[in-house]
Amino acid sequence: MEKKAEHNIKAYGSNFTTMTPGPFALKLRTCKIWQLIRFIIINIKMLIVVRKSH
Amino acid sequence: MARLVVLGGGVSGHTAATFAAKWLGSSHEVVVVTPNSKWNWIPSNIWVGVGGMSKEDVTFDLAPVYAKAGITYKQAKAVSINPEGSELSQKPFVSIEYTLAGREGESENVEYDYLINATGPKLNFGATPGLGDAKGLGEFTVSVCTADHAAHANEEFQKTIQKMKNGERQKFLIGTGHGLCTCQGAAFEYIFNIEHELNKAGVRDMADLKWISNESFLGDFGVGGLHMKSMGFAVSSKIFAESLFTERNVDWIIGAHVNKVEKGVVHYELLDGSMGEEEFDFSMLIPPFAGVGLKAYAKDGSDITSTVFAPNGFMKVDANYAAGAYENWKASDWPKTYQNPTYGNMFACGIAFAPPHPISKPMSSPNGTPIGPTPPRTGMPSGIIGKAVAHSICDRILKGEDAPLHEISMAHMGAACVASAGKGIFDGTAAAMTIYPVVPDFEKYPGTGRDVDYTFGEIGLAGHWIKHILHHLFIWKAKLKTGWTMIPE
Repeated sequence: MEKKAEHNIKAYGSNFTTMTPGPFALKLRTCKIWQLIRFIIINIKMLIVVRKSH
Repeated sequence: MARLVVLGGGVSGHTAATFAAKWLGSSHEVVVVTPNSKWNWIPSNIWVGVGGMSKEDVTFDLAPVYAKAGITYKQAKAVSINPEGSELSQKPFVSIEYTLAGREGESENVEYDYLINATGPKLNFGATPGLGDAKGLGEFTVSVCTADHAAHANEEFQKTIQKMKNGERQKFLIGTGHGLCTCQGAAFEYIFNIEHELNKAGVRDMADLKWISNESFLGDFGVGGLHMKSMGFAVSSKIFAESLFTERNVDWIIGAHVNKVEKGVVHYELLDGSMGEEEFDFSMLIPPFAGVGLKAYAKDGSDITSTVFAPNGFMKVDANYAAGAYENWKASDWPKTYQNPTYGNMFACGIAFAPPHPISKPMSSPNGTPIGPTPPRTGMPSGIIGKAVAHSICDRILKGEDAPLHEISMAHMGAACVASAGKGIFDGTAAAMTIYPVVPDFEKYPGTGRDVDYTFGEIGLAGHWIKHILHHLFIWKAKLKTGWTMIPE
C-alpha cells in the first residue's frame, strides 16, 4: 500500500495538529493542465505585488 | 563630473550600479568596489548544493559586464570610509584593498561624491564555536551561502548517497547555526531539495531528515510568519510549513540556538532554557550575518564607526532605532530613503542597512539567550531598494542637491519567494509565496498585518516553473542583455 502523507503524523507528537494533503490535492500539484492555469494566475499575482512594490 | 562609488556587487549593489550608469550616462562616473570577480545568483545555489546545477551555471564574470556598462570596476574590498575626507583630502573617500590577482593587498583611496554601501553581510561562522571561525566555514558542516560553498556541499551530499546505497543509514540536519540567524528560507528550500534528491536516488528510506531553526514556530521565515489566502481561509504559514514537513516526513526542532558544533553533533539551547544535542552525518547550517566590519574616520582621523554604523556593523539609515520594546514597534520605524542620517551623500541598501529591529517577535530563553530570526533583506526587497537609492542619487546629481529622495519602505513593499524541491521541469515542485507587505502593518491591516489578497502560497509544478524562469531571467538581467531594464527586480 502506498504510504499516505497522514501516515507520517506521530500520535500526539509535534506534528499531530497539522493538516496533510490528500490524494486529490497531491494530484493537482503535478497535473500539468491545472498547473498551467495556476502558473498564469500566480504570475499575474506576483506581477501585481511587484507593481505595488515599485 | 560626479562620482558615485558603490561598495558591493551583489543583488542590491549590482542593481544600483547598473541603473545609475544607465541614468547618468558618460558625463558622470560610477565605480563598483567588490572583492568578488563573479556575480552569483544566490537563490540557485540551492540547486548547486544538490548537484542540479554547476557553479558556472549560477555565476558569471563581472568585468565584461561592467566594461559594457561603462562602470569602473575595482576588484577590492572596502576597509574604511572617510565621509569628511582627511587632512590630506578635501573630498570624502573610501579606502580599499585589492583582491585582484596580481594586486592583492594593494591599497587605494577612492574619492566619491555619493556612496552606496551594498556590501552584503559578513557570513559570521565564527559566532558559533565549531561552525567556523574568522576565516569562514568550519570542517563539520556545509553551507550554501556562496557558489563555492554549495559546490562543496554537493560533494559531501553525494558521499552520503553512496553510503546509503551501501546500506549505511544517514542523518541529515539542516537549518540555522545560531540563535540570531536570518535566511531560514534558504535552509527550508535546501532540506526539501535534499529530500527530493534522496527520493530520486531511491534512498529516502535510508535517511532521517531533521530541521533545526531559531524560529519560535515553523513558518516564521524571519517575518513573524504570515497568513495566506488558501481555499477560502486565511491560513497561517505555521500550518503551511508543518503540513509540508509532515508530508515529506521531516522532523523539526524549533526555537533553537545552536551554541556549539562538533564532529557529528550539534549542541543547542531551546527557548524554554533546556539544552540538547543532535547527532548528524550531514549538516547544512546557515551562519548568522554581521556587517563586513567597515570602519569610519572623521577628518581629524578620529574613529566615528559607531556614528555611522550600528553595533552589528550595518550602516545606520533613516530608520527609527529608538522604537524600544516590541509593543512599540510600528511599520513606520522602517527606513524609506536609506540615507545615512549623519552624512547625506551616503546610502545603504540590501543587507548592508541596519534594520530598526527584527520583524519577528523577539524572544529569549530563561537563561537570557536571545533566540529569534533577524529580519531578511535579501532578494526582491534588496533589488528594489538598490534601484530606488540609485534613482535618488541620480536625481541629486542631475537635478541638484535639493532633489527629493525616492522612498520605498519594506512596510510598503512585497516580496515573491519560490522555494523549489527538485530541479527537473516535471519531476519537481515548489512552494510559491508572495507576501505583501514584507514588514507587517497592523494599523493598516488589522489582525494579520498584511493584505491577504496579495499574500498567498501554494505548492506545485507552477511555482517550480516560475523558479526556473526566474533563474534565467535574473541572470539575463544582471548580464545587461537586451531588454534588461524591462525585467523587474
